[in-house]
Amino acid sequence: MIFQPAILALLLASLLTTLALGGGAVFGARVLRHWDPTNGAASQLRLERGTYLTSTLVGFALAVQGVALVLFVFNADRMASQFVGAMCAAGTLRVNGFGMPALTLRIGVFFAACLWLALDHLDSQGYDYPLIRVKYALLLAVLPLALAAAGLELAYFLNLRADVVTSCCSRLFTPANAGIGGDLAALDPALALGLLFGGLTLLLSLGTLLVTRGPGRGNWVAWTYSGANVVTFVLGMAGVISVVSPYVYENPNHHCPFCLLKPEYGFIGYALHGPLFAATAAGLAVGPLAWGRHFPSLRTVSPRLFRRMALLSMGACALFGMVSGAIILRSGLVLFP
Amino acid sequence: MIRWFRVQVLMIDYTLASMARRKARNLGLLLVYAAILFVLASVTLFTGALREEAVRALVGAPEVTVQRMVMGRHALIDRDGLEALRAIRGVQWAEGRLWGYFYDTANGANYTMIVPSGGIVPSGGREAVAYGAPPEPGFVRIGGGVARSRGVAPGDWLFLLNPQGRLFKLRVEAVFPSASELVSADLVVLSEADFRAFHTLPEGVFTDLALGVRNPREITTIVEKAALVLPDCRFITRRDILRTYDALFDWREGILLALMGGAILAFMILAWDKASGQSPEERREIGILKAIGWETGEVIRARLWESALVSLFAFLAGYLLAYLHVFFFSAGLLRPVLQGWAVLYPEIHLTPRIDGARVLTLFLLTVGPYVAATLVPIWRAAVVDPDTVMR
Repeated sequence: MIFQPAILALLLASLLTTLALGGGAVFGARVLRHWDPTNGAASQLRLERGTYLTSTLVGFALAVQGVALVLFVFNADRMASQFVGAMCAAGTLRVNGFGMPALTLRIGVFFAACLWLALDHLDSQGYDYPLIRVKYALLLAVLPLALAAAGLELAYFLNLRADVVTSCCSRLFTPANAGIGGDLAALDPALALGLLFGGLTLLLSLGTLLVTRGPGRGNWVAWTYSGANVVTFVLGMAGVISVVSPYVYENPNHHCPFCLLKPEYGFIGYALHGPLFAATAAGLAVGPLAWGRHFPSLRTVSPRLFRRMALLSMGACALFGMVSGAIILRSGLVLFP
Repeated sequence: MIRWFRVQVLMIDYTLASMARRKARNLGLLLVYAAILFVLASVTLFTGALREEAVRALVGAPEVTVQRMVMGRHALIDRDGLEALRAIRGVQWAEGRLWGYFYDTANGANYTMIVPSGGIVPSGGREAVAYGAPPEPGFVRIGGGVARSRGVAPGDWLFLLNPQGRLFKLRVEAVFPSASELVSADLVVLSEADFRAFHTLPEGVFTDLALGVRNPREITTIVEKAALVLPDCRFITRRDILRTYDALFDWREGILLALMGGAILAFMILAWDKASGQSPEERREIGILKAIGWETGEVIRARLWESALVSLFAFLAGYLLAYLHVFFFSAGLLRPVLQGWAVLYPEIHLTPRIDGARVLTLFLLTVGPYVAATLVPIWRAAVVDPDTVMR
């Protein structure tokens, strides 16, 4: 099944991303070993020039990852018609054991690349590149993740077999099913709703505190905000599966987060997942950006950048909450009589 | 944020002016880029439209088709099988179908001969063309391809020699409209009596059986039950056929795109070469920009905008031309490769449709490699010392 146009495009995207991040990581290793801003030698000048290429390469990798992530899910949904038992992307991704891990790692690489680019932007604002070692160490850590994602994706596509009977989303996201999908579907709707909107309210309050009062001593508010974004991402996904999805389908037993991306539901999934992903990517960057103010060359630029990023994250978070709320209010389903 | 947008607009403005100073080079690149996109987009649009037509054509197909097999070959099935299937709970209707192929020595074409049972022939989604009731004995309704090939019109006689050499003289009652040609081009619709006489078929046998199932979720169970009743038959469900079509068209498209990988690679080399081979004026321009205070990052961004704008124009131009080629000129350049060939090939008019996943696929397959190929040359050009290039 490897000769499918979308699969070829996704493999090409994986190859380009791996090459870009690989090139960046090789350069990063040289930076970690030889970087010395006090040295005026030609080798140091070459390293300084090379940082521009690495930034461009990682930016390119992120853009390709973003498009490929959407295509990966979109294509999985479209290919559901070719597998017995599959009704949407959930079924296609379960044709073999590599689909779901490949998707999860792709999402991880996407967030890691966003974080790296935020750090890189901050670092490039300082005349002495104060974060250069940190950001290249991070790039070296991201590379194995990207390689694993590319490997899993290749394994997934190579092992796609049309004669395999897979399971549809109604079996995967059902309370009777063991596993995380089943657990989330079994979550009490009232509790899930409370956690979702409670989490969003707490996050927005923390964001307001951060923007108005600053990141606090030891940067704890900013770090907490970044951590809270990860928790909110998990709560958001849990909320979508356990309570928002049934409102979209107007069926208390249908919990699939992938069917939301289908045209018959007006592609509402993109309006839900898009802001949640944007909020998490921006929120993750807030902590490191605020931490930058401890460096003399970033003292003025860091507060401006972390505030901007926090506001972006809060805006996206609020949008996610509003879309979820609108779905619940407009739905014909009554879960709480 | 507003300031950021204003900076980007100014950057685009500068990039467009800079590109206009090197018209010939950029136009050449744009033409090659758009040509590659045109070919790739034509492939994806055409296969996508063919798949859609196939899906539409199967809308009227029965849920399950039952074919008797003898020595691994399709054989005639008798009326007893039909009665056995009707007795299965959940079967809404069951009927015997009479159809077959006939090689016409007069023009070297193959016809599909069919006795209608009142079902419909979907016509590529435009309007459903009914087979209608079976014609009276001595009359036929024919497809546009047969009519063209034999030069007959409604009211004329159609002379056919059956496989045993007996001449049949049949009056053409009607020709199926061109909108249904994808499925009706080679059709000859005739009465049951004429069909049996033409093919010397005994009474009580059929080509295959068709089943209607009230609840689509029960299809698998009904097929399992039917397989026990008729163990020498194979059962083909509509979903099986759709799945096969999907996989087949995707595979054909993928193979063609993979073969065009060479062209994409050649284009990447061209893009790399074009981006690397800068004229002295370009180098001086970058030197001046840096001398007046542009950062290396800003020069890179301006050059990336150039790549993005070239990609955007090429993508739009290539895609638009491909759209016109496929949907207004019936993909004349690709049909022989993707569709196959036959004496009575239908003249089809495909339904225009743009699929988001295909656009994204094409974007990744073309813009991704192009931008990747220009990244290193752009960086090389941007990091030069201003005094070196201006001197």
